[in-house]
Amino acid sequence: MNLDIVAFIGRTTVSWIQIVGRSGVFLFLAVFQAFQRPVRMSRLLKEIEFIGSKSFLIVFVTALFTGMVLALQGYHTLTQFGAQALLGSAVALSIIRELGPVLCALMVTGRAGSAIAAEIGIMKITDQFPALEMMAIEPVKYVISPKILAGIISLPLLTAFFDVVGILGGYLVGVHLLGINEGVYFGKMITAVTFADIYGGVIKSLCFGLLISWIACFMGFSARPTTEGVSEATTRTVVVTSLSILVVDYILTSLLL
Amino acid sequence: MVLFVNLTPRYEQMHICRGIIVDTPEPVGYLCPMIRVENLVKTYGRIVACNNVSCRLEEKKVTVILGGSGSGKSTLLRQVTGLEKPDSGSVFFDGMDLTCATKKALYEKRKKMGMLFQGSALFNYLTIFENIAFPLREHTKIADNVIKNIVTMKLEMVGLRGTEHLMPSQLSGGMMKRVGLARAIVMDPKVIFYDEPTSGLDPISTGVIGKLIKDLNTKLGITSVVVSHDIASSFKIADNIIILYYGDIIAQGTVAQIQNSTDERVVQFVTGAPEGPISFTRTDASYIDALLTDNDKTTGKML
Repeated sequence: MNLDIVAFIGRTTVSWIQIVGRSGVFLFLAVFQAFQRPVRMSRLLKEIEFIGSKSFLIVFVTALFTGMVLALQGYHTLTQFGAQALLGSAVALSIIRELGPVLCALMVTGRAGSAIAAEIGIMKITDQFPALEMMAIEPVKYVISPKILAGIISLPLLTAFFDVVGILGGYLVGVHLLGINEGVYFGKMITAVTFADIYGGVIKSLCFGLLISWIACFMGFSARPTTEGVSEATTRTVVVTSLSILVVDYILTSLLL
Repeated sequence: MVLFVNLTPRYEQMHICRGIIVDTPEPVGYLCPMIRVENLVKTYGRIVACNNVSCRLEEKKVTVILGGSGSGKSTLLRQVTGLEKPDSGSVFFDGMDLTCATKKALYEKRKKMGMLFQGSALFNYLTIFENIAFPLREHTKIADNVIKNIVTMKLEMVGLRGTEHLMPSQLSGGMMKRVGLARAIVMDPKVIFYDEPTSGLDPISTGVIGKLIKDLNTKLGITSVVVSHDIASSFKIADNIIILYYGDIIAQGTVAQIQNSTDERVVQFVTGAPEGPISFTRTDASYIDALLTDNDKTTGKML
């Protein structure tokens, strides 16, 4: 019985190490091949459109309501200390440092990450990768590399959009609903937010962009070539990416502070 | 009379030139094979998919690889096209061993190959026009108006002109196969591989695909390698037939030789007889034991 447990732990550990190794090689190949000729700009732009442009609406709604809730909660907390004037800086710092990159990444994971995994999994089921190979086209370079680059490019832009909309959401509630002075809201924000806060948010969003596209592509690419395999890959993508985002966020925050 | 012995003659030692194994010249008196498979072995765990397979796929001929489900014919096709590496053995295509070729060299050779996949493998995010134009756009710098003409010509060949703007999901199975075929021939390959081209199709679509394969061979001189289990259509289109049974070649020869074979396994396969040396059941375990025991023999667990 004890030996069974040891064997199970050993098998699981070896399997995890194999997955990490395989996914590392996969990422290396995708990034390496992305810069080899021929560079397919149209593929990259198409992926940026899919991951970036098409996520605008969901990011907009999430950001708007996050900013509004933050302002509402922040106002009632700050009122207890008579510090309502700090609402602008509290909203801005929370969004720029943490909520912007993290919530934006989680939203993109749900919308684009799962779709990427499903798309790649279906390509695998329907023999589209061997078809590319038979046409003398490297599948990793053609399919995976643009998606990974697009993830890295799109996330910082979406996060910047999230930050702006979130701060505006806070402004709507704080200034127009709760009656804080407009100049105070933005004035305190300008003095409180430093370049390091914005820089930290950009670093985080770059890492999250890479994580989302990397995990989604790898899960799709290594999915079992069955319908269950694709569904499993999609679910795993959302779960693993979401958890990874939270863990990596903590690590990055501790490094950046 | 079917030749049950290996038809492949003994070849001299291969030359090794800068890491690429180059084929030796053909002995005088033999037809030049487009593809030569030598002692190919491929296993998946304990399952032997190719058991020391050797065969010649001749130029400008239609060779049909026949066999039941799980006989290793699709595996053999994947080895021959270089999509999978064998455990051992060689596949010579156009004078080069694909099993140890570099990716660059393999991709150069692939430009001379076309393949029709069982499920057509069309890109579902591209229109029919873009699917067929895809290899041209990737590998050539042909102007758009010329690409349009080439695609129109290829679609005309497969009888689907006018469907350019449709998406693959809007086509039937037979039409998708024909589009897949148009894409396979768009680069004017020297050889086309067909993986189960008629499976799941109605009799008319089967006939149309069969005719297209034969026409491409006779009119354009394209070497064709067809993997199938459809005896009737195979006999119509084949010049040569190879029959696989659990990873072994049990017969190879012309259509007439296969039809006149006296080998019981070949006769059973050709006639589709349920009784014969090729067993319907896949296990050697006793049926009575299986009924009487509560445990799964392989895992030992309760069923």
